[in-house]
Amino acid sequence: MAAVHFSLPLPVLPQGWAGEKDFKSIGQLSSATQRNIEPVGPHFLAHARRKRHQRTFSEDDRIQAQESVKKVEDDDVGEISEPEDPLMLQRDAKDWKGQDHYAVLGLSKHRYKATETQIKRAHRKKVLRHHPDKKAAAGSSEDDSFFKCIQKATEILLDPVKRRQFDSVDEAADVEPPSKKQAQKGNFFKLWNPVFVAEGRFSKTQPVPRLGDDKSKKEEVEEFYNFWYNFDSWRSFEYQDEDVPDDNENRDQKRHVERKNNNARKKKKTEDTTRLRQLVDDCLAGDERIKRFKKEERAGKDKKRLEREAAEKKEKEDAQKAAEEKERLRKETEEASKAEKAEGKKAKEAAKNAMKKNKRVLKSSVKDANYLLPAGQEAGAKRVDQVLNDVEAVMAKIDAEEMASLAGKLGGMKVAEEVGQVWSEEVKRLVEAGKVKDGELKVMGT
Amino acid sequence: MSSQEEGETSPEITAIGISFGNSNSSIAYTSGEGKAEVIANEEGDRQIPSVLSYIEGEEYHGTQAKSQLVRNSKNTVAYFRDYLGKDFDSIDPTPCHASAHPQKHESTVAFSIQDKESEAQNIVTVSEITTRHLRRLASSASDFLGKKVNAAVITVPTNVTEEQREALSKAAKAAGVDVLQMISEPTAAVLAYDARPEAKLKDKIIVVADLGGTRSDIAVIASRGGIYSILSTSHDYETAGVQLDQVLVDHFAKEFTKKNKTDPRQNDRSLAKLKLEAEATKKALSLGGNASCSVESLADGIDFSSTINRTRYELLAGKVFGAFTRLIEEAVRKADLDILDVDEVILSGGTSHTPKISQNLQRLFPPTTRILSPSTLPTAIDPSSLSARGAAIQASLVQEFEKDDIEQSTHPMVTVTPHLRNAIGVMVVSEDVKKGLFTTLVEKETAVPCRRRGVFAVPREGGDVMVKVCEGLRDIKVSRKEKPKANGKPASDDSDLDSDEDEDEEEEMREKVWNVGSVLAEAAVKEVKKGGKVEVTIRVEADLGVHIEAREAGGKGGIRGTLGTARVVENGSA
Ligand SMILES: Nc1ncnc2c1ncn2[C@@H]1O[C@H](COP(=O)(O)OP(=O)(O)O)[C@@H](O)[C@H]1O
Ligand SMILES: [Mg+2]
Repeated sequence: MAAVHFSLPLPVLPQGWAGEKDFKSIGQLSSATQRNIEPVGPHFLAHARRKRHQRTFSEDDRIQAQESVKKVEDDDVGEISEPEDPLMLQRDAKDWKGQDHYAVLGLSKHRYKATETQIKRAHRKKVLRHHPDKKAAAGSSEDDSFFKCIQKATEILLDPVKRRQFDSVDEAADVEPPSKKQAQKGNFFKLWNPVFVAEGRFSKTQPVPRLGDDKSKKEEVEEFYNFWYNFDSWRSFEYQDEDVPDDNENRDQKRHVERKNNNARKKKKTEDTTRLRQLVDDCLAGDERIKRFKKEERAGKDKKRLEREAAEKKEKEDAQKAAEEKERLRKETEEASKAEKAEGKKAKEAAKNAMKKNKRVLKSSVKDANYLLPAGQEAGAKRVDQVLNDVEAVMAKIDAEEMASLAGKLGGMKVAEEVGQVWSEEVKRLVEAGKVKDGELKVMGT
Repeated sequence: MSSQEEGETSPEITAIGISFGNSNSSIAYTSGEGKAEVIANEEGDRQIPSVLSYIEGEEYHGTQAKSQLVRNSKNTVAYFRDYLGKDFDSIDPTPCHASAHPQKHESTVAFSIQDKESEAQNIVTVSEITTRHLRRLASSASDFLGKKVNAAVITVPTNVTEEQREALSKAAKAAGVDVLQMISEPTAAVLAYDARPEAKLKDKIIVVADLGGTRSDIAVIASRGGIYSILSTSHDYETAGVQLDQVLVDHFAKEFTKKNKTDPRQNDRSLAKLKLEAEATKKALSLGGNASCSVESLADGIDFSSTINRTRYELLAGKVFGAFTRLIEEAVRKADLDILDVDEVILSGGTSHTPKISQNLQRLFPPTTRILSPSTLPTAIDPSSLSARGAAIQASLVQEFEKDDIEQSTHPMVTVTPHLRNAIGVMVVSEDVKKGLFTTLVEKETAVPCRRRGVFAVPREGGDVMVKVCEGLRDIKVSRKEKPKANGKPASDDSDLDSDEDEDEEEEMREKVWNVGSVLAEAAVKEVKKGGKVEVTIRVEADLGVHIEAREAGGKGGIRGTLGTARVVENGSA
């Protein structure tokens, strides 16, 4: 065959790719299917020439070669169908509404599950056996009644609309729900599953969820019941209509029958919906899984509640502890600060006392040093006043520490010069520091 | 096959192709230029009804015999092909209801007819009837070709039994026709198309829908390098031309009954008349939008005349048409394929002239599928003649060989062959697919040994490229798309009852995509020129060994490699 051209490019060789002689064998071909090729056409002849190599094949070879070949033809008539009920063979085709179309075609076991192909093949099988022309040729009676039944059954089952109408009322496909007693004794799933499989044939939505078993998950079970409580059914009941009289007959009569039929269909449909609902109710009521899920849910809820309570309790305790701790800390700091305050008061008092004492030292120093006058010189009231004023002024300018050091220097000094010296030094220091202005002091300033 | 050896004194062989149908037969030959031509008989018919009728010892054949179904039905034999080689218990007598009835005769089937001048009823076996029919066909062909036809390739349904083949071969021999080979009807139809000079050899999946008079047969065929393998078949004996005739018979009968208060279907002769006329009307409706139906003295001496338009007909026959479509779908499903896998649909058989059937198939298959039928393709071959043409081509291919040689060449030791389960291909780069795209070189269901070659582009700058050989798995990707709201009703005369009841707002989009299966091998082709190409050849041997070759196109040497040992061939059942 000619080469095929592709416009999309091959990929770039990945970095680091390596293969012996630039080739890497990786996988293997999937297995193949043995088939017969058609011995037709020029290309086959070329194939045969190559394959034969002048060899001759035997009958044994034929059988052997054919053994492995994949079959493409169905067996024409296939497995023989169910035995025919002699009573059924005597049916009158006129009563086709009362006939079980599946049984007529030998498809009793298949029913609504029968495929179009199965119906066709079943029909053919029946035709081969019951065709009246065959019977007549074989010399038996020319009764073609059952053959007509076969034709009618096929007509209905191969017509999708008519088949649904028949399937809607095909009681033989129904599976009765288990009674309460049965349900209590038997295996719930084994009893109910076929019921829902059978009911499922009416569902517009396919596939239909299955009942499941003990291991089904809660969501699956919920989906199952949800589906069945919202069942969308194509089931209808026109198959059971009363025959409508012909056009030619009384038109009122015709309309009357039609109305009656319509009402009957509606009524049956409503009844069917109710029946199904009841059926699902019954199943649900007996479904241990639901009880178990509830229990589990309750257990789950209880567990949650306990956990929640424990958590709340713990939270409360924690909060309380935290509050207590906070309180404790608060008290501690409060006490500490109280103590500190108390401490501070004492110190202040002490400082105050020390200050008083120092002030006294300072004042008495000038008095003891005859108000800084040479000994013998009487200090007048004015002098006393002036000196004491100066002392007061200095004292106002200095802090406790300076006062203490000044008092330290002056303490015990009696000699007027020395005392005067200390004072004038102090004044000088204050003047230099700019704390005292010249002339501010009457005596000590000079 | 080796040519007939010199010196042997076997007579000259003149072989034709014969399509032997239940309803009609055709004869064809291959001209000197290798072109298949259908031969018309003395009456000018190319579709020759497979019917024989006897009046006072005289034999009528074809159209003349068919018209005897009205007056001489008891001595008219029709629809007998499927009885040949069968026992009475396994035949369906339905089609013969209005002609000579089949009956049990020893281990075979026979008809009781008055075929001689005497009044006596003779038992004539189906084998004898077949011989007489084939003799008439061969004689028409001999007259046309001007030399005695003594051999033929005859087409048979895909589901014939060994006994049926033997019976046919014997019956033909008795008619002086040596059956060189029996080939299946659908394969013959494929060959008829493939033998046209303009046909290109391409791997494709073909559905052959052979829609005849009393049965419809579908075959899904893989055509790989001109080798044909049938993947599946389906057969329906309830959906064919006579069911369409019946639709018209019922329609006209009702019309007649309404006016005349007598149902022509109640009387055998009236019914036979109406059937013949209804069939003619049906054929006319394949060509025109209107057709008439007139029957002189239909019932109670009353003439009938009416017309019907195609729309009406298509509405009435909607159910039958739907069944054809479903039958084809079933066959595709049985072949484990999807509608999207089908490249071609060949419509074969007389009923395939019906435009509505092809239109329905156009809707069923994607636009890329070619529907080969007169109403969908101007260059289509007449569907009624396809199998005869195919048979004639095959006859021209094998007629120079010894009979023995043909038998040996068509022996299962030759025909039974492993077919690849998966496609084999190469990964290429595509902008929209990050991981790379699988492109098929060898299609699945290719018979081995086989060889396929592909030429690939490289990145713009050339350089080193990778050839990654993998198996590919076809998948169908389904996505939903909002359907554009149609304003107003479409003006189509939709007759399909099978169209969706509840039209969705969304439209389902289905497309074929390839998933990468197992990686088989990697090869590096180095230093490819800018703008160069790479040639990849994959060869699968009869033992399933795989050889891979890759090289720059036009370059020398190249990379060669072989995959691990062959795998056991699995066999399966239908
Ligand atoms: N032009 C046509 N339009 C529609 N139907 C046709 C046409 N020509 C033939 N047929 C129908 O095709 C059927 C015969 O098809 P054919 O392939 O010859 O049958 P068979 O395979 O059974 O021998 C008949 O039912 C005939 O009415
Ligand atoms: Mg045919």
